[in-house]
Amino acid sequence: MKVLFFASLRETMACSELAWTSDQPDNVASLMTQILLPDGQSLASYAETESLLIAVNQQMVDGDTALNPGDEVAFFPPVTGG
Amino acid sequence: MFRQVDIQFEDFAIDEVLGTLKANTSAAGGFCFFAGVVRDMNDDEEIKSLYLEHYPEMTEKQLHRILDQAEARFGLLGAIVIHRIGSLAARDNIVLVAVAAAHRGEAFSACEMIMDYLKTQATFWKKEVTPEGDRWVAARGSDLSKEAAWGDSSA
Repeated sequence: MKVLFFASLRETMACSELAWTSDQPDNVASLMTQILLPDGQSLASYAETESLLIAVNQQMVDGDTALNPGDEVAFFPPVTGG
Repeated sequence: MFRQVDIQFEDFAIDEVLGTLKANTSAAGGFCFFAGVVRDMNDDEEIKSLYLEHYPEMTEKQLHRILDQAEARFGLLGAIVIHRIGSLAARDNIVLVAVAAAHRGEAFSACEMIMDYLKTQATFWKKEVTPEGDRWVAARGSDLSKEAAWGDSSA
């Protein structure tokens, strides 16, 4: 799987892209407990206080969404274009 | 429906966009345009410039999903969406939504709906450069209310 971060989350992660080679998580929520920020907290814990949107294969989803090898998973703050 | 979605660093010219829409929608009598421009002030701070980031693999798909909904709902004859990325100065153009319909009612409504959905669903993020430093622009709750006012959205 490929994991992407954008905007303020990309800066917080100090990383724009991860190649996920650890155990394949069942769903997005499970992946979020395994992704760690530079300060050591999990993305799941970060998302308790910061608004995050999730896309799997370029489609907006929620945390219950199942994941498969080869998926592209993206995390980002609420969008502010226009 | 004729459609064109462009995500680009370059500026756009509204008269050229009108020309393209007219040339590709011969049955259209109503055209509506919305242009978004970089403000020189936000939250009482001077904006020197704006940086626009996006999710390249997703943004264009998401804009097409929004156009799908506008086409289905309003029977649009044409739509062009242009959104700029990269570094922009105060007063630069950011976004253009241009739609063509048989009559003005559908054109006004579709233009507004596309813009409301773009604000909450299209994967762009703005960072403002102010004399006090850089800051990511926060999403507005009022934008979610405007999106919700259009009813069900599956984009």
